[in-house]
Parts: sequence; structure tokens; C-alpha cells
Amino acid sequence: MNTFADQLLVLVMLINFILLGSSRMTVSIRAVALQGVVLGLLPVLINNFSFHLLLISGGIILAKGVVIPWLLFGAMQRVQIKREVEPFIGYVPTLLLGAVTTALAFVFAARLPLAPEHQGLLIIPSSIATLITGFLVLTTRRKAISQVTGYLVLENGIFIFGLLLTEAMPMMVEAGALLDLIVGIFVMGIVINHISREFSSIDTTRLSALKE
Amino acid sequence: MTDLLIHLVLIICMPPLMLGIIGKTKAAFAGRVGAPYLQPYFDLFKLLRKGSVFSSTTTWIFRAGPIITLAATITAALLIPLGNHPSPISFAGDMILFAYLFGLARFFTMAAALDTGSSFEGMGAAREATFSCLVEPTLFFALIVLCRISGSLSLSTMLTHSLVNIWFSAGASLVLLVAGLFIILLAENCRIPFDDPNTHLELTMIHEVMVLDHSGPAFGYILYGAAMKLFILGAFFIHIALPFKTGDHLLDWGIFIISMVALAITIGIVESIMARLRLVRIPQLLVAASILTAFSMLLILR
Repeated sequence: MNTFADQLLVLVMLINFILLGSSRMTVSIRAVALQGVVLGLLPVLINNFSFHLLLISGGIILAKGVVIPWLLFGAMQRVQIKREVEPFIGYVPTLLLGAVTTALAFVFAARLPLAPEHQGLLIIPSSIATLITGFLVLTTRRKAISQVTGYLVLENGIFIFGLLLTEAMPMMVEAGALLDLIVGIFVMGIVINHISREFSSIDTTRLSALKE
Repeated sequence: MTDLLIHLVLIICMPPLMLGIIGKTKAAFAGRVGAPYLQPYFDLFKLLRKGSVFSSTTTWIFRAGPIITLAATITAALLIPLGNHPSPISFAGDMILFAYLFGLARFFTMAAALDTGSSFEGMGAAREATFSCLVEPTLFFALIVLCRISGSLSLSTMLTHSLVNIWFSAGASLVLLVAGLFIILLAENCRIPFDDPNTHLELTMIHEVMVLDHSGPAFGYILYGAAMKLFILGAFFIHIALPFKTGDHLLDWGIFIISMVALAITIGIVESIMARLRLVRIPQLLVAASILTAFSMLLILR
């Protein structure tokens, strides 16, 4: 079972690279949705089966795979965002940065003192790699909506880290985190709308200029 | 002894057939009858019978280019194991020689292209140099992964090592490896989506540009060398992607030939359903291939 979970975590890391390398907005939103669904499957696979876990998984898949992408696509249509992502630095440098940080995540994870049952798993390296990918997407993309995807990936990284604690973590905490996330997406959607109305574009670089 | 003979016969005779099968597959997709399977052989014989024209601005490098390229490719063909059988020549570290024999072939193709003094061919050589720089890391990451898996530095042991168990234990890293290798198989052999082998005289060309000034037998050597390179890298790819082995010698040769034909059909399908990439997208895809194989190495080394 654990080897299958490991393959899924490899898939999660590949999706990170797709996010960093893709130039289309729709592709990156779909990639984030797929990552959410894969992450939703993980708690059931890693721990022993229980009804509580099934509920968590269903909630996560519903929120990350359906609701959030739906909200993002809705925002895209409302403010008529062009399809290109428009990064600050090119796709190849971001991809290379992503590859280097993933390698560093593996090195770092090997040095952490972990519980013996978590030692061989890919959870820690993939969690750190996903976190850093989230940071990269947040910082290198120009548009507010791509920054939302970066924020989502960041949260996915934190979620993978939380997988180590699913036994100990009560469901309320998970649910609270998800609720936070959805509220965050809503707020960001509203912010995107406002930026687009004020500046007739959602390019965040324009926010630093005081007057035109 | 029979294995050695079969190896040599396959190396010499089969490469143009791969091109014939690719052409036939593409014709089937386009709804045409297409050229016969043996058309590449007819083309080669036709070219070998022709006379050559050499520009007065060229030097010996221009004449040596095709011959050295073909010789380097044939030497590489002796280093690669086919099917479940060890290669005729093998020693520890022959993978480096294997990689750089292609480097030598490429260097002389580019030098011959530059030797003509044509700016058009110079452009093609510049592109080839750029893209081959990006392909090389992928090949070496793949070789490192295979070294690590088999614990050997020789191509024969590395590739004939039983990979079936590893597909079950470390499937993810092998899938990444296969994806990366397929991308460089297409890029190295100038197939679509990287380069269109059918178009001459187009500004987006890479390989065909460099060989425009060659004629007659020299051009025949180039075409034959290119077909053989496809065959060798295809055999390399088949070892990892389809590691089916029985124990029986003749049956293994049969499996090998069938897998190579299947690979040719796959390449034909890819060429039929994809458009050639814009030139600026090619480095992105090559870097992505390097990252895939580097990631696969990371998973294996962990």
C-alpha cells in the first residue's frame, strides 16, 4: 500500500513541474485540481481504513478537485483573463529552479529526525518540494489568479505534511483548514475583481504605482 | 557465434526498414497507400550509384564528415546489446564511449556543414549544437539510473539486466526514465515534434539544413547513418520500455524485432498526430526531459 502512495506522491511532484512549465492558465488550474484529487486519495491509502478518514477524503476531493477549480474558472470568465500566465522569469528558469529545489528537498528530508515508520516514505520530500513550488508560483507569476494557484499549491504542501499526523489530528482541524482555504479563495476572487475593475487588468505589478 | 552474426546482420540490414515502417504508418494515417516498405533501401542504392559534386570552397573536412559520422555510428552499434544478447564489444565504462561516439558524429556533421561556408547551413549547425547540449544531460542521467539499478558500468550488463522486477518495485522512476528517453529519441533523430525529416529548405529545419550540400554516395552515408542512429537509440529505449525476456535465443531475437517494429509504428503515430513545435518551445521540452530523468535518478538514489 505504501509503495502505491509513494507513486501518487511522485505524481504530485510531477504536477508541480507541469505547473511551473505550463503557459496556459486553464492547464495550471486543471493541474491544481488533479493534484487536489490525488492528495484526497492519500489519507485512505496511508492509514487504516475508517469512516472518519473516508469523510475527510471525500471532503478534500470535493473541495480541491471540484469547488475551488469551479470558483477559479468562474473568476477567469468574469474578469475575462487572457489565457497566458505571463511569468516574471521565463518557464525554463522556473522549471530549473523547481528541479533544484526538489533535489534540495530530498537532501533536507534525509536529515530530518523522523519517526521510524515515516523514514522511507516520500511524504517529507514531496511536501517540501510542493511548498517551494507554491512559493515559486506565487512569486514569479504576474497575474493575481496565478498567484491564487500558487497559494493553493502551497496549501497542498502543508496538507502533505499533515498526512503524517492524520492519526492524531482531529477532523475538525482538517475541516477548519479547508474552510479557511475556501474563504481565502473567495476573498482573493473578490480582490481580483476589484483589481480588474480599478485598473482594467489584473496585473499585480500595477498595484505598486500610486498614480498614473 | 550465431548471436554475433544475427547482431551484425540486424545492424546492417534493419535500420532503413524502420524508416519504411514509419513512412507507411504516416501514409496509413493520411489515407494514402504510401511508399513500399523497402523504399529507403532503393533510395540508398540509387544514391550510391550516383556521382558526387563537391564545391570548390570545401576542404577535406566536408568529404570526411559523412564517412566519419557513419563510422562512429557503426562503432556505437557494436557497443549496444540487442534483445537479450550481450553486445560484440563491451567493457566497463563503454557507456561514455557510446554517448561520445554520437558526439563525434555530430561534431563532424556540424564541421562539414560549417565547411561549406553557407550561412544557411551555419544556422542549422548552431541549432544542432544548442539542442544537443540540452539532450546530453538527459542521456547521462538515464545512464546513471541504469548504472545504479544494475550495479555495472558496461552497457551490456546494464541493459540486459532483468528490469522486470524493478518495474514492480520502482515503477515511478522507470516511467519517468522512459518518458525522458522517448523525448530524446525523437529529438536526437530529428523526428516530429522537434524537426521534420521530410522538409528541405525550410527556415525551421535543423538536421536537413546541415546536409543540403552533400550529394551522391556521401548523402547516402548520411541517410544510412541517420537510420542506424534511430535503430540504436530505439534498441536502447526498447531495453528499458519493454524488458521482456524468455531464455530462448531465437525467441528473444524474434521479440526484439517485433518490439522494434512496434516502436517504429509508435513513432509513425506520434508523427501523424502531432504538429512540429515552434522552435522556441523545443528547448523547454528538452529541459523538461532532463528534469524528468534527473527526478528519476533522484528517486533511485534515495
